[in-house]
Amino acid sequence: MEVLLPHSLDEALAMKAERPEATPIAGGTDLMVDLNFGRLRPVAMIDLGHVGELASWRQENGHVSLGAGLTYATIVREMPEFKPLVQASRSVGSPQIRNRGTVGGNLGTASPAGDALPVLAAYDADVVVRSRARGERSMPWDAFLTGPKKTALAPDELIIGARWPLRRGPGSFSKIGTRNAMVISVASVCLAVDEENDRVKVALGSVGPTILRATEAEQQVAAAMASAGAWQDPSIAIPDQVIDEFGDLVMAAAKPLDDVRGTAAYRRHSCRVLARRALRWALNERRLPAWL
Amino acid sequence: MVVRVKVNDEWREAETWPGSSLLTFLRDRLGLYGSKNACEQGECGSCSVWLDGTLVCSCLVLAAQAHEREVRTVEGVTASDRLHPIQEAFVEAGAVQCGFCTPGFVVAVADLLQKDPHPSPATVREALSGNLCRCTGYQKILDAVSLAAARVGGGT
Repeated sequence: MEVLLPHSLDEALAMKAERPEATPIAGGTDLMVDLNFGRLRPVAMIDLGHVGELASWRQENGHVSLGAGLTYATIVREMPEFKPLVQASRSVGSPQIRNRGTVGGNLGTASPAGDALPVLAAYDADVVVRSRARGERSMPWDAFLTGPKKTALAPDELIIGARWPLRRGPGSFSKIGTRNAMVISVASVCLAVDEENDRVKVALGSVGPTILRATEAEQQVAAAMASAGAWQDPSIAIPDQVIDEFGDLVMAAAKPLDDVRGTAAYRRHSCRVLARRALRWALNERRLPAWL
Repeated sequence: MVVRVKVNDEWREAETWPGSSLLTFLRDRLGLYGSKNACEQGECGSCSVWLDGTLVCSCLVLAAQAHEREVRTVEGVTASDRLHPIQEAFVEAGAVQCGFCTPGFVVAVADLLQKDPHPSPATVREALSGNLCRCTGYQKILDAVSLAAARVGGGT
């Protein structure tokens, strides 16, 4: 085995072009486990830890660009205005894990339990990738995440990061697990309200082969809010029946399996409960002047 | 490959298998046995060290990733022969039973108190959530943190 240590993105892309079989490693919080237990023996690895270009984020032209090398600890520290993303980041592993784990790792590993992924899905994020030969391309998150641990990344490409349109509105990320730290989620829900387009977006983690959007639930609640006049006037109450129906529709969107972390039935139930809570939190938060 | 790391203020280098972890490198190549090997999957925090000043699980860092970088281990929490005030607090509070998790806890507590000399109970719990102890039930460890904070951080 060989470990390549590039010091710039260009150098890393050149190495990946020459050695497409090389496995990129950043925080190592997933890959090292497989290495330590002998489940992974790559011919070569490319350490992206010194590629500074990947470790930053910026806001530009109404969009947010988040580098693949940004750690969860940095997100928690630097991006407080992106509440669902911060909540998801803070729920990742432990302080030690958050100091190393990156959003690019979540994308590359493409586990349906990756905590940042439902947030990127609810933000309608694009995933940006690059190769030396063909340059940069980007695709919607659901075109990138093609299945459990499967992505549309070509062998000579590296994940550059994620990019999403900046939207005003409350939102949250919540997950179910057995304790408050070191938890691989049993089910997770990210809800993001888009006040500019009168939309509510809901994404689910750990309850399907990949991240799922609950589109019927999104349409139901947006329509109910429209007919009540709540988009214009957040003080208008949304009936409990609408919130219950929303929970049922989110639950119906889940496609979970039974596994060691939980049964399919429990996961469906979790989605309903988390969805109702998330909607209530968002509706309450809409009444706060910050969003008006 | 040869990995060269500045460990506890001293440059050290050794030949290692490129796929080995920083933890293996520290223990088996450099003879620094303070960082403990328990889970090898980032669950237990027994191998906590600082990499360029950041608290990490050394089992989840490739030794090669630490090449030409700075590592501080539990052996480096204090330059003197005496115990660090955090270590003294652990002894006094009865926070050490079998002792296997202690080095990782000492490092994590030192990291916490550097950032927040007077952490709230909730902050302490979150900061130590990546370190497992199977003996104490944690209460005496929390007591030790309070004691250490009072001594290291001074009065509030």
